[in-house]
Amino acid sequence: MTGQADDELWSAIGDPSRRQVLDLLVSHGEVSASWLAGRVPFSRQAVSKHLTVLERAGLVSRRKEGREVLYQVQADRLDQATRAMAEIAAQWDRRLAAVKRLAEAAHAADKNRRKREEEPS
Amino acid sequence: MAGLVIEREVLIEAPAEVVWRTITQPDQITQWFADRVELELAPGGHGYMGFGDQGGPVVVEVVEPPTRFSFRWNHPDGEEPAVGNSMLVEFTLTPEGDERTRLRVTETGHELRAWPDAEKQRYADEHQGGWADFLDRLATLLAKRPRG
Repeated sequence: MTGQADDELWSAIGDPSRRQVLDLLVSHGEVSASWLAGRVPFSRQAVSKHLTVLERAGLVSRRKEGREVLYQVQADRLDQATRAMAEIAAQWDRRLAAVKRLAEAAHAADKNRRKREEEPS
Repeated sequence: MAGLVIEREVLIEAPAEVVWRTITQPDQITQWFADRVELELAPGGHGYMGFGDQGGPVVVEVVEPPTRFSFRWNHPDGEEPAVGNSMLVEFTLTPEGDERTRLRVTETGHELRAWPDAEKQRYADEHQGGWADFLDRLATLLAKRPRG
């Protein structure tokens, strides 16, 4: 089951374009929207929109330096989001591993039954 | 609710029909998922998944034996689950030979469903099995950053 607090984070990270922006911020530190726009395949306006969503989710903060606005990632919040997602992923991995065990055991049982039916003693 | 959450898969040495039984029959589901399972296996069918003293209703969305099964859950009490208020869990079974099946599960919120098809396709192309890579990459980068 998922918590309401995490939903905002997932929603912000759920978009591939926003993940691209996050990737750049994480690897390059503090940068401007124009700098980001020069490195992604979408418009400067789209970059601003994504930054706003990320900021609202607490994943990014902004700071004014002279005439420039610089953005940087909020590492703790991002860390929290990725941990939460990794936990859900691990949960599904455990469930899928159990499905694998059950299905393979059922398949082996099916095969044995068929074999017995084909070779009446 | 949330945007895309997760996509995982596993390769199973059994035919798709056997995997299908495992993920859709209540007496099987209780062995790998919920403790208490009620399920009406038909599109729009209602059910319940209980986890200890927690749990909630589910509504079946797609039933296409033996390749696709999906249901919605985690919707607010008293509401019908729909796009926008719930999580969608989708299972896709892909036969790889007679006795091997690739089982993929995705758990998504409304945003991905609302994307235009071109955007969804782009996402699928870019992130086929890449979600874990993204997490790994972020974790590595975050570990390198000074904290504070």
